[in-house]
Amino acid sequence: MHIPDGFIDGTTSAFGGGVAVGTVAGCLRRTRDLLDDRQVPLVGLTSAFVFAAQMLNFPVAAGTSGHLLGGVLAAVLVGPWAGALAVSVVLVVQALLFADGGLSALGLNVVNMALVGALGGYAVFAAIRALLPKTKASVVAAAGVAAALAPTMAAIVFTAEYALGGNGAASVATVAKAMIGVHLLIGVGEGAITAMTISAVMATRPDLVHGAAHIATRAPSRDDTAGVPA
Amino acid sequence: MTEPAPALEVAGLHFTYPDGRHALEGTDLVVFDGEKVAVLGPNGAGKTTLMLHLNGIHTPTRGTVAVGGLPVVKANLREIRRRVGIVFQDPDDQLFMPTVGQDVAFGPANLGLRGDELDARVADALSAVGMSRHRDRAPHHLSFGERRRVALATVLAMQPDVLVLDEPSANLDPASRRELVEILLTLEITLVMVTHDLPYALQLCPRSVVLDSGMAAADGETRTLLADAALLARHRLELPYGFDRRLLEVDGVDAARRV
Amino acid sequence: MNNAHGTGLYMDHTGRLHRLAAHSKLVGTLGFVAAVVATPREQWWSFVADGVIVAMVAVLAGLPLGLLARRLTIELPFIAFALLMPFVGNGPTVRLAGVNLSQAGLWSAWSIVAKGTLGVAATVVLASTTAVPQLITGFERLRVPRALTAIGAFMIRYLDVVTGELQRMRVARESRGDRARWLWQAKAVGAGAGALFVRSYERGERVFLAMESRGYTGTLPSVRRGDEPRHWAACLAPAALASACAIAAWRFR
Repeated sequence: MHIPDGFIDGTTSAFGGGVAVGTVAGCLRRTRDLLDDRQVPLVGLTSAFVFAAQMLNFPVAAGTSGHLLGGVLAAVLVGPWAGALAVSVVLVVQALLFADGGLSALGLNVVNMALVGALGGYAVFAAIRALLPKTKASVVAAAGVAAALAPTMAAIVFTAEYALGGNGAASVATVAKAMIGVHLLIGVGEGAITAMTISAVMATRPDLVHGAAHIATRAPSRDDTAGVPA
Repeated sequence: MTEPAPALEVAGLHFTYPDGRHALEGTDLVVFDGEKVAVLGPNGAGKTTLMLHLNGIHTPTRGTVAVGGLPVVKANLREIRRRVGIVFQDPDDQLFMPTVGQDVAFGPANLGLRGDELDARVADALSAVGMSRHRDRAPHHLSFGERRRVALATVLAMQPDVLVLDEPSANLDPASRRELVEILLTLEITLVMVTHDLPYALQLCPRSVVLDSGMAAADGETRTLLADAALLARHRLELPYGFDRRLLEVDGVDAARRV
Repeated sequence: MNNAHGTGLYMDHTGRLHRLAAHSKLVGTLGFVAAVVATPREQWWSFVADGVIVAMVAVLAGLPLGLLARRLTIELPFIAFALLMPFVGNGPTVRLAGVNLSQAGLWSAWSIVAKGTLGVAATVVLASTTAVPQLITGFERLRVPRALTAIGAFMIRYLDVVTGELQRMRVARESRGDRARWLWQAKAVGAGAGALFVRSYERGERVFLAMESRGYTGTLPSVRRGDEPRHWAACLAPAALASACAIAAWRFR
């Protein structure tokens, strides 16, 4: 769901741009406090990972396939601020290097996928996690449910943007029904793959899952060549 | 003044990872100015852990490390990292800037160099590894062998006193392997090379140290150590199939350079 | 798949546009796209003028128009969406070839296709004529925080490394007969993504170690090199022309 140029009017796009700048600035401040100077390579690599994960196709049903959006996945793995930052950088690079998503709609795309998809998705994750017992299974389940809901949340915000400045003839109700319907379906795949991915990382390097930091985890033994920061 | 301090002095080094694994258990190593020493050991012997102590990335659990007489402690880290240059095993870990030239400039710029002086450092380092023509290219467009040479240049540009190489021959094709040897043999610098590639150690380093289970198990002339089959077997080291054992019998420098 | 992602759509040759300063080109492209988006959709001649402007810039840049057209295919899903509009739109309809089409729907389809195509075309011209390191320098000159440009630079640097790993893991998985047809069989995909994340993260840690070894203390160097000429006039001309068209279009509405 990369909005192209001309789909939403200039005023709404500019407003989205302002919100996006605020979001990114806030994330930068928070990651600087939390991660120190180590943040830069790690967030950069997370962005590369999100970009690659979006190329990862998975089967939905015989013959059809979907791909990951990765907002909740990134946020649960590296934390909401770094995750939203990583997703934003992916969107900028996709718009500028690959012309994927309009330049004028970049702000709206950041709002939908980083602010709502990653930060909002993480909020849902944190809320569900708080209701469940402190176990690994709870982290996986909470991530899966949040990832399943995140595309629909983004679709609702997109519908609001369309209602504000949509350049289309379809009624807001029609767009809402279509977008929410489609994204509920997308959410099933997104939730399942996110849960499987988090579960796989929990099995090998639980210490890397930011969303599981509240459960005491210990780094397993690393081999001689693995990088171990001082 | 008494006699100069050794280029590197590691004494009674112990290191335990946060997860409780003991990687080094009393390692000793002294390297003098201008020496070329190979640290040999099987996978998991603690070679990389030792290497990461030489410039203070790791802090010893017990024991000391000194570079040219300067102890490796937090207050000296800036100077230590100028003196000790580490070339990591995977050039993709080392080369991260958008162009080769910018990456080579990263280290000296951290040392405070600017302008023409910085430019000259970059040019010298790239010419030392024969990569001058590739200054404006992106690192990920280079071949693996070229990337390893650029990684070497990024460290040479800091004009270190001691050059530390982690498995320099890993993943190189035979031609790139030979080109790297030719470059390394022209450098007049103290060199420590961490490897399990025994012929490469023989070619480059007159002296070797065998590291096993976090301790220096043997220290001597590379040729003599490699000729001791029992010693190699004890420490899970092996000469590759087809290795010409006559290389271990001939005298002097010629033997070390003939491969 | 062997295409390098680290270079995006960049075409390595030396045209006139390749030599212009990246930050001016960025501002110029953004201005052009903004003007196009702000143009009222009923003034079709204004979009034709904008199209001529992009085509002229592409020719000046030495980009083959056929290539430009091929790169526009990235927009196809939205064109499909736009083509639905006349069928789902409300209000008065026109009869065309025996089908009732919504007038508002036709207008919106036209404008989505026109504005979207112009936006993609302008971005493709920018991306084809500006190398990635220059783009990053351009952002720095526009006072984008260093941390952000550095994250972008890291991401682009490691795109090929990470996607290459992904590709090799997929090939290795399928070589061992993994062919899932249903979502619940996709466990291997999740495990693969997990392994990819661990590898990416550990590489980030090693990159940081290697940087620390070269004296990194938390301040990244600027990637800026000597002064590039600014060429503001040349870079802003298309945006100025498109803005003039947009203003005229509003006047004559």
